[in-house]
Amino acid sequence: MSLPLHAGTENCVGPEKGEVTPAFEKQADELVSRYPVSKRSAVLPLLHLWQETFGYIGPRGVEWIARKLSLQEIQVLELVTFYPWFRQKPYGKFHFRVCRTLPCALGGAGKTFAALQKLMNLKEIGHGGTMVSEDGRFSLEYSECLASCGTAPVVLCNDAFHEKVDDNKAATLVAECK
Amino acid sequence: MTTKRRLLLPSASEALMAYKEHRLIFKNIDAPGYTRDLTCYQKHGGYEILKKGLAMGGPAIREEVKKSQLRGRGGAGFPTGTKWGFIDPAKVTKPIYLICNADESEPGTFKDRQIIYKDPHQLIEGMILSCFANGVKLAYLYIRCEFTEGWRILETALAEAKGAGFLGKNILNSGYDLEIHVHRGAGAYICGEETGLIESLEGKRAYPRIKPPYFPAVLGLYMCPTIVNNVETLCHVKHIIEMGGEAYAKIGRPNNTGTRLICVSGDVVRPGYYEFPCGALTLGELIQHVCGGIRNGNRLKAVIPGGSSAKVLKAGEVYKIKEAGVDGKLVEKEVKLEDLRLDFDTLAAAGSMAGSGGVIVMDHTRDMVECLANISTFYAHESCGQCTPCREGVLWLKKILSRIAEGHGRDDDPSLLKEVADRIAGRTICAFGEAASWPVQSFLGKFRDEFAQRIRRNGNAAKKDFVSLTH
Repeated sequence: MSLPLHAGTENCVGPEKGEVTPAFEKQADELVSRYPVSKRSAVLPLLHLWQETFGYIGPRGVEWIARKLSLQEIQVLELVTFYPWFRQKPYGKFHFRVCRTLPCALGGAGKTFAALQKLMNLKEIGHGGTMVSEDGRFSLEYSECLASCGTAPVVLCNDAFHEKVDDNKAATLVAECK
Repeated sequence: MTTKRRLLLPSASEALMAYKEHRLIFKNIDAPGYTRDLTCYQKHGGYEILKKGLAMGGPAIREEVKKSQLRGRGGAGFPTGTKWGFIDPAKVTKPIYLICNADESEPGTFKDRQIIYKDPHQLIEGMILSCFANGVKLAYLYIRCEFTEGWRILETALAEAKGAGFLGKNILNSGYDLEIHVHRGAGAYICGEETGLIESLEGKRAYPRIKPPYFPAVLGLYMCPTIVNNVETLCHVKHIIEMGGEAYAKIGRPNNTGTRLICVSGDVVRPGYYEFPCGALTLGELIQHVCGGIRNGNRLKAVIPGGSSAKVLKAGEVYKIKEAGVDGKLVEKEVKLEDLRLDFDTLAAAGSMAGSGGVIVMDHTRDMVECLANISTFYAHESCGQCTPCREGVLWLKKILSRIAEGHGRDDDPSLLKEVADRIAGRTICAFGEAASWPVQSFLGKFRDEFAQRIRRNGNAAKKDFVSLTH
């Protein structure tokens, strides 16, 4: 609604590099303070914060969060591999998620996905994995229900949500990804 | 401009006149000029009910909720008053927690999104009232992270409420303290299951807990008594306190009280979200009049009435349903599909469920093999992997259905599917096993011919005349 068209894009790119700044530490501490009973509850919030800052969650992120919360690294890693939202490698600068669940499928999600794939010039990699373009600009994957079935088919581009995405709208979206 | 709009949508306004919505929760949603900030909410009477509730006291609020006969809107339809009744704040020595389940992820459901995005303070007010009633000092709002803007909206709204003294220490000088924090999920459907949600909130994989204890009211978050309520349920609490439990119970039908948010998607002219008294509307009225009928002049083929886990209903079906007659005795009646009332008890009697209120409509051009293969792909993706029958079985359901859809079906595949599904349901820790099996059992039971026909036409011929839904 009020978010810019491709909000959050600058954060989706790049290797897991960059400094852990004092500002980042402060944000992390604020998140941990929300769980006075058990620090462990802050794993998901910290994983979100890390992914939004550094693009994905690699070994460095797992280690940092584990140390922050006094956990074993496996207690962090097991969440990265369990929850579909987290990724262990970088996506494209513009990451598209197309809802594939029944109401969106009835509304033509398959066509939308094919159109996006063609527009982004992405090659099939099999097993329905995330496709990333060679130049790292685009990535595309199917997602399960995004909870807006009345305006099918729907697409998330990074953090921006788009409804009723037909071929034309898909073309506009991709053209605006600069 | 207005005239032009009217000319464009004559049937819409007609339909809404004949089948007028009863908007409690959606009252201000989409109203011209209504915004989601605190100022606008207060201009429309926001947080006045909180003042009333604080003056009433916790036990009185709990009593009103019990009288209202409100049933949970998350899917199971469990009476909220009873759920709260498991905890007596006066006797419990441990802290009590409340979690708002905003992990809306049942395919076909998009009601909570409207509340969170367009009227977040209504949810927060309902939540504060519920926390106050149950002696809760710390509450979490578990929201799915796919609501990328939604969680920010809630953070903003919570900060606004805190700034105005509706949250934090000594709320409105009542001596009552409460903190609410937003907690984002990370894309797992199983977090909608309340014990899975609690595990997730504790920073673990969202593996649902073994029952008993059946309710987190006994052992919940951090092994303390916990109440988990759906977004819509918590909003209803606000309206119950506003109008009183007895008055609220007069809306809708006995044992199915209040209004219900209904989300319609699929092959109808006007998909969308609507609010009607429970059971005021039949399925036929909803599809034909409220939603403008089936798209492209097609005919109805099937409808899933309560989110994708609910058993499918087939056009032309007649159900035997027991209803109380004038003398109060139960009389068995034959009810056609289009005459089914949209309430908890009627849909359960028809062998399906009202679930989360997500109605998915399929027209006669849709291939049921494709639809079921799509649904099973969802469940295969979302099984948490804790129980073997579900982890292995649901994946096999998906694989077998995909092979039929791709034109490589085998003659005994339908019976194999049924066998696998029958062996999942009832053999898992949580209700996901049933949620994944019911669609398979019901689609196979009602559209067996279609599966057999598809297998007979194997090869390229199998994938000809319809839109593929498997991807």
